[in-house]
Amino acid sequence: MEFTPIIGLEVHVQLLTKSKLFCGCPNLFNPDNPNVQTCPVCIGLPGSLPVMNQEALRLSQKTAMALNLNLANFTKWDRKQYYYPDLPKAYQISQFDLPFSYDGWVEVTLPSSGETTKVRLIRAHLEEDAGKNMHDESGRGGDSKVDLNRTGTPLLEIVSEPDIRSAEEARVFLEELRLLLRYIEVSDCNMQEGSMRCDANVNLHVHEDGEKIPTPIVEVKNLNSFRGVEAAIEHEIKRQIKAWETDRKRIGDVPKETRGWDADRGQTFGQRGKEDAADYRYFPDPDLVPVTTTDEQFDAIRATLCVFPADRRNSYVSDLGLSDYDASVIVDQGREYADYFDEVTSVCGDGKQAANWLTQDVQRELNDRKIEIAEFSILASVLGTVLQKIVKGEITIKSGRAVFTELLAQSDDGSDVTANSVDTIIADKGLGKVQDTGKIDIAIQAVIGNERNAKAVEDVRGGKQQAVGPLIGQVMRELKGADAGSVRQMIIDKLTS
Amino acid sequence: MDITGSTTGQLLDAMQNGTVSAVEVTQAYLNEISAHGETVGAFLSVDSEGSLTQAAEVDRKRSSGESLGKLAGLPVAVKDNICTKGLATTCASRMLENFVPPYDAHVTTQLQNADAIIIGKANLDEFAMGSSTENSALQVTRNPWNIDHAPGGSSGGSAAAVGARLASMGIGSDTGGSIRQPASFCGVVGMKPTYGRVSRYGLVAFASSLDQIGPFATDVTGTARLLESIAGYDVRDSTSVDRPVPGYSATVEQPLENLRVGVVSEFFGEGIDSDVDASIRAAIDVYRSLGAEVSEVSLPHTRYAVATYYLIACSEASSNLARYDGVHYGRRAEQFENMIDMYAASRAEGFGAEVKRRIMLGVFALSEGYSDQYYLKGLKVRRLIRNDFDAAFENVDVLAGPTCPTPAFKIGELVDDPLQMYLSDICTISANLAGIPGVSVPAGFSSNGLPIGLQLLAGPFEEEKLLRAARMFERETVWHTKRPSFS
Amino acid sequence: MLSPEDVQKVATLARLKLSEEELEQIGHQLGEILDYVAVLDEVDVSEVEPMAHVADVFNAFRADETRVSLPREESLSNAPKTDGKYFLVPQILENA
Repeated sequence: MEFTPIIGLEVHVQLLTKSKLFCGCPNLFNPDNPNVQTCPVCIGLPGSLPVMNQEALRLSQKTAMALNLNLANFTKWDRKQYYYPDLPKAYQISQFDLPFSYDGWVEVTLPSSGETTKVRLIRAHLEEDAGKNMHDESGRGGDSKVDLNRTGTPLLEIVSEPDIRSAEEARVFLEELRLLLRYIEVSDCNMQEGSMRCDANVNLHVHEDGEKIPTPIVEVKNLNSFRGVEAAIEHEIKRQIKAWETDRKRIGDVPKETRGWDADRGQTFGQRGKEDAADYRYFPDPDLVPVTTTDEQFDAIRATLCVFPADRRNSYVSDLGLSDYDASVIVDQGREYADYFDEVTSVCGDGKQAANWLTQDVQRELNDRKIEIAEFSILASVLGTVLQKIVKGEITIKSGRAVFTELLAQSDDGSDVTANSVDTIIADKGLGKVQDTGKIDIAIQAVIGNERNAKAVEDVRGGKQQAVGPLIGQVMRELKGADAGSVRQMIIDKLTS
Repeated sequence: MDITGSTTGQLLDAMQNGTVSAVEVTQAYLNEISAHGETVGAFLSVDSEGSLTQAAEVDRKRSSGESLGKLAGLPVAVKDNICTKGLATTCASRMLENFVPPYDAHVTTQLQNADAIIIGKANLDEFAMGSSTENSALQVTRNPWNIDHAPGGSSGGSAAAVGARLASMGIGSDTGGSIRQPASFCGVVGMKPTYGRVSRYGLVAFASSLDQIGPFATDVTGTARLLESIAGYDVRDSTSVDRPVPGYSATVEQPLENLRVGVVSEFFGEGIDSDVDASIRAAIDVYRSLGAEVSEVSLPHTRYAVATYYLIACSEASSNLARYDGVHYGRRAEQFENMIDMYAASRAEGFGAEVKRRIMLGVFALSEGYSDQYYLKGLKVRRLIRNDFDAAFENVDVLAGPTCPTPAFKIGELVDDPLQMYLSDICTISANLAGIPGVSVPAGFSSNGLPIGLQLLAGPFEEEKLLRAARMFERETVWHTKRPSFS
Repeated sequence: MLSPEDVQKVATLARLKLSEEELEQIGHQLGEILDYVAVLDEVDVSEVEPMAHVADVFNAFRADETRVSLPREESLSNAPKTDGKYFLVPQILENA
């Protein structure tokens, strides 16, 4: 049997505003202290009225720009009506027919094949989040608890076209989305804390006798990890193949099904169907007035955008000569990491050198210390200074490592390390490359003349070049900071010419 | 001094002169409430202690020379759908019988800033849905001119309180005539300002795009004074309009030169009571006698106004009242099978018949497959109704007609005929759909001694013009000086 | 005219538990009102934009500033049932 999985994602992302979408309560994750970030507006008390947070709209529009979405000059707010205890007004203020943005795309590259695809976006709209219900876990049917701290926080809903063809692509799409939103600093996209949430619509196109048969669409809800998204979709595809083989149901034969994801068992499970199909009775919220944005205002927002991850990867490859792999490693670590890299590169003037150090020496320290780049004690400008000296040939790579190690040791002792610290360390430890050939000459003469080395000297003269090693070592011990390559050449020249 | 027989202006002067103190004024009204409050049933709660404390504070400020607000010492009855922090705000509903808001409505704050005395919370049709105050789940309110008759509604409590002189002024809300019609029935002045003129923050919503808070007083000047204290932009209401508030009471005595009055022919249609017809035509003659240019004006879409209104108002109401589900505030049923049943049972217990009827109509009008035919159609006809007014105001300054086709009906008369009750709003409803201001001023009495109101309408934010035109009429007539016999 | 099933469907959407008698009465009254509302069929609105807002107000914003929230005690003060920290509701059946 041949089939193609057809997958569309609905992603909800919480925006990084200070206050909620329609009131001044703080927008903070605070599950341990319930119902302290509430007021008449977000509790939906009789008589209260919403007032739009301008920053939430600005962040939304910024996001839309990063997602290649078209921006609407006119948008408005609608009420989506349904009953749930975490929704105190019994309607959610959302956007129905005129969202602030529509028709966009995100480009993703699949690690397995290296293939790059475009996932089209239908729209992104802004809405208020609901609160949180906590169910009694005892099984005795106790009351559920409702916390409204999250109620009314700004939420961006991003809806993709069903362009995704594999669980891997879904995960990569989400990862790219998270990276992008973190780069432009609109959301922290923390799936564990629920600031990024995902629902997946999955079905199959079965290819049979030259016919393409779509199977019923299943919505898998509340996926709260990247691994979960991938695993749930993988499971769902397998389950749907089996379902097709047994009941051969096509799209339209049954109502759209909603399923949950049980991460522990690794399977999706059917949720009880709604008795009456949802009728949200959308209509324009009479308490909120429409919003207009001019193209000039859009331009002003656009001017605040940083370079997006995809563009950054491209420029690292084409402008700095990095490998695709290194470029991705650096960009995918996040904006601060890439900014660090950019600064190191600009100070030292060599992207490859910067990439090597960042992905090896620096990364090893970050891993060992379990810290983020932002917490790393050697500033980009300082590391850049070290690398600059290597690039200019003032110190060897080996000396550079010694400086790096010493910088870390000093900062671990509580000192601030600066570009000046680099010079001091080089001077104190005599790590500067010895370029005075006269000095090297004298050192070589002394080593060659030493009786202990008579055998080695004879061997080199006799053409056994590998015998030169111990001689180089002795010269180097004598002269810290000499370049091993030059010393080797000078010894050979001396003994064989 | 006959305190409760005085206008707001007379009371302010007397308190300013030291003839009476604010405490004496408040006490006089509290005494009237003790004597007649039960008969009229205007108040759902009376805050005797709080109002005397406020009055004493006004006296203290005055004696120590501190500055005082424009309404200093004037007792005001506030409709019980306007939030008052720490004072029950019930909307005359079983649903909110025990609801005590933790915050003040903008209007409440404005009244406090003006040093008015909030003497009590006035009865209304449940959630302001009705035209007679008979839909109050908590209490019957009677017309002070004849206690067998309804005071009108939905702000019947505020209108009856002012009409019976149980308060110097009243605050109501007007969604389809709910200030003007009870003002007309109770023989007082009542005004619905332009949509957006007064903040709705803290007004428990019935139909958000139509609701507007407004003043009652025994005369036009008092109405102007109260309006200028509560009007103005409020950042907490996105639909409030950021324009300066003119000093209405300062200009109200200035007659309008070359006033052009348009008489709305559709407001004199079939069903108009002959006494009403005669009184309003006589009122228009008063304007003629003052030199106004009077012409007939047609608002051709008036015949669609009631249908349009009920579609829009009920659609919005069905959504606004969805929040009363027994979870975060309000009534929760004692008996239920599960959560969904708890919602449905709590709402069934908490709401009265009219509220249920309107929620049902609204849910239906917004439901899938019907919303284009009903809700959306309503929004489109609404624009045509607004266009009628825009065209009319090209040629006239104010429109005139009866506030209601009949004087106050008897209690119980229309209760079982909701459609007939809705049709009684024919003259007031269009102003809400169009968002324009309107005022009802006393203009006579029916043969059986019930008040009749003249309604004047003007273009958006023309409150000043409207009040001056109303005052021109009032100055020539005595209707506003009449008082119900027992008061 | 609305069928009893239609009326029940609306009541379910409205979360109103109505008795047979109420369903019949409200059904009847709704029918009358809808008959009356049919007067709007006379009006040609094909060229008319809907008017959801009567005032020409746009872009009513507030700055992204926090304000002091209510103390929890006040937030919960009107709730029918709480444990002092949370609003309490009968057990929620998932997705019901």
